Amino acid sequence: MYKYDEIDQQIVNERVAQYRDQVRRYLAKELSEDEFRPLRLQNGLYIQRHAPMLRIAVPYGMLSSKQLRKLGDISKRYDRGYGHFSTRQNLQLNWPKLEDTPDILAELATVEMHAIQTSGNCIRNITTDQFAGIAPDEVIDPRAMAEVMRQWSTFHPEFALLPRKFKIAVSGTKHDRAIVQAHDIGMEFYLDDNDKVAIKVWVGGGLGRTPILGSVIREHLEWQHALTYCEAIIRVYNLHGRRDNMYKARIKILVKALGIDEFRNQVEAEWLHLKDSPNTITEAELARVAKHFEAMPYETLPAYDLSFDAAIASNPAFAAWAKRSLHAHKTLGYRAVTLSLKPHGKAPGDATSEQMLVVADLADAYSFGELRVSHEQNLILADVKLSDIYAVWEKARANGLATPNIGLLTDIICCPGGDFCSLANAKSIPIAEAIQMQFDNLDYLHDIGDIELNISGCMNACGHHHVGHIGILGVDKDGSEWYQVTIGGKQGNDASIGAVIGPSFAAEEMPGVIQRLIDVYIQERTPEERFIDTVRRLGIAPFKAHVYADKNLSREVKNEAAHV
Amino acid sequence: MSNLILKDHIVADDWTLVQLPKVEQEVRMQAGKVVMFKLTGENTTSVEQIVNTVIPSTGKVIVPLSVYLARKSELTSRLANKELGIWLATHEVLEHLTAIEADLNVLPLIGVHVERFADGRIFSIGNLLRTRYGYKNTLRAFGDVLRDQLFFLKRSGFDSYLIRADRSAEEALQSLKDFTQPYQGAVDNTQPVWRRVNRSA
Repeated sequence: MYKYDEIDQQIVNERVAQYRDQVRRYLAKELSEDEFRPLRLQNGLYIQRHAPMLRIAVPYGMLSSKQLRKLGDISKRYDRGYGHFSTRQNLQLNWPKLEDTPDILAELATVEMHAIQTSGNCIRNITTDQFAGIAPDEVIDPRAMAEVMRQWSTFHPEFALLPRKFKIAVSGTKHDRAIVQAHDIGMEFYLDDNDKVAIKVWVGGGLGRTPILGSVIREHLEWQHALTYCEAIIRVYNLHGRRDNMYKARIKILVKALGIDEFRNQVEAEWLHLKDSPNTITEAELARVAKHFEAMPYETLPAYDLSFDAAIASNPAFAAWAKRSLHAHKTLGYRAVTLSLKPHGKAPGDATSEQMLVVADLADAYSFGELRVSHEQNLILADVKLSDIYAVWEKARANGLATPNIGLLTDIICCPGGDFCSLANAKSIPIAEAIQMQFDNLDYLHDIGDIELNISGCMNACGHHHVGHIGILGVDKDGSEWYQVTIGGKQGNDASIGAVIGPSFAAEEMPGVIQRLIDVYIQERTPEERFIDTVRRLGIAPFKAHVYADKNLSREVKNEAAHV
Repeated sequence: MSNLILKDHIVADDWTLVQLPKVEQEVRMQAGKVVMFKLTGENTTSVEQIVNTVIPSTGKVIVPLSVYLARKSELTSRLANKELGIWLATHEVLEHLTAIEADLNVLPLIGVHVERFADGRIFSIGNLLRTRYGYKNTLRAFGDVLRDQLFFLKRSGFDSYLIRADRSAEEALQSLKDFTQPYQGAVDNTQPVWRRVNRSA
């Protein structure tokens, strides 16, 4: 993975000094709340319900064991012994003291980490596929470009105070795992007819209050122009995006208002001036960065391993876990392993300090000292030999990291919700926990098969509920917490936004509602169908009918209106 | 004591800022290059305001863009004497100025007023003035200008900053040096770091 040179280190160190002085000025009352807000947000510091929340950047989800150990250490000393991995592949601390945050950042800087632009109205952490560099279906490893873009976007002076937050995702696979269509800018790398790396650029996607999938602004962009083309897009947005209403301020609203063709015309006109300017990426710079992402020193191994096959045959618990948690690898004899942060009855995405240390040890012992964070909020050891997998499982299982539910109903994607977040309308973690307990039967879970359930505590959609096969959105109705359910959302190349099934539910009804949706699927599915396929074939009607069968259907439908 | 920074020094301000007279505000329903709908909701300037704007008869003055556009003929001698600068707000359209002034360098000073700290349009405007329209003279940021914007303003082409009256310009000077070696090329240094230094070592 990328290693800092003196320049990277100096920038991070200077940032710590700058932020330390900003906090000092705030505590000395030289900065008002309003003046401090954009400054602290650009450093990932929110003021939450109970305490500040600090969001630490994990650029495109890559971590070294050394970094994870530091995170374990920080979460123990400065927090309550755990951290929360978010849907943007970052780590959030829920209980740090404001006064401690400069010291936390100084400690992070010692392991080449920071919290720069993890919040605020600026270019955020660039995300990508958690299997980048190892996925068999990968065409281009997007990580070098993601790093080039990380550096370019860091303190970009023109885009420091945009109308609203700005999220970029990059992907280099046939099957998109980075939800590029749900980002302000999505970049899909591919090889063009001349075998040159090119980019398909999407713009104006996003979830939040107005969920919308992005539009293609350019089918073919040579990779050298990635930065200047982004500059053209973001300049048009910076100048013309709405600033009068934060709910209408994302780029998607501008793209929708102008229409993609007019928006494209403006961007292309701007780009004429920027194309080939010095921020055009050189072969040498890409090569310098790409060196950090060269293939690991893999051993030459056979495609099969006898001890692994024997363990699968003799140990059903191991086999059940392996079926869900192992992922194909480019290199013969290797697999990527997902460690579940979704044990039933615990907050999805949370890891204790001890678990972080265990995973760091596992990475050192079995996966070249590196790991990844997925946007599904799990941890991944990307390069494990087949012969080592049993040992990984044993140690993971002993530490609560081997729930065999990856990609299943209880692998819930969930925001921190009303327990922590001051934006939330409703709690999300207790709903996730209740659903996990309702489906706490592994055979049944495996029978239900591949399904994605996403929960957001408010329409800011940090839990990406719109693209969940089942999506749950917390809503506020007359001061109490209700939950609106959508089905038929999907991430990937054939992404779609879920449809609302009807009036919202009380918290205690939610496990039963999910049960009924699953019942309809089990009854109606054809042998090869996943939940999402059945929903797409049948539409929402049979699901809706069963869920509301014994409910008073005359109940108000006002929450549906709020969704539009 | 002056709160004006020019380059990296505090200097006396020998320009007089001319404001539009306050009126009851009307919301402009349109903005953007292609005017299609209310994008930004900023206020417009009325004809009365422009007519009623009082321009001191002597000394160096910075007049609002809208006043300059409408009353250019009465300002030609001031312009020739290098006593005339103009200022615009962040929602105003730069092309209105460039359409009537082929060479912006006839103006010794252009000011950009930022009403709220969080309004980052000022950075794009500075960039465009310097790179697109070749403006070489003093480019001044004023309004809600605080020290934590300065590094970005400098990199976006500004060389003068009128720090908000209740804050110390002396302290703000520190922030011009926040970062030694920024990553990306920008107005003040067009070369990105990988073209500036050899990083392959």
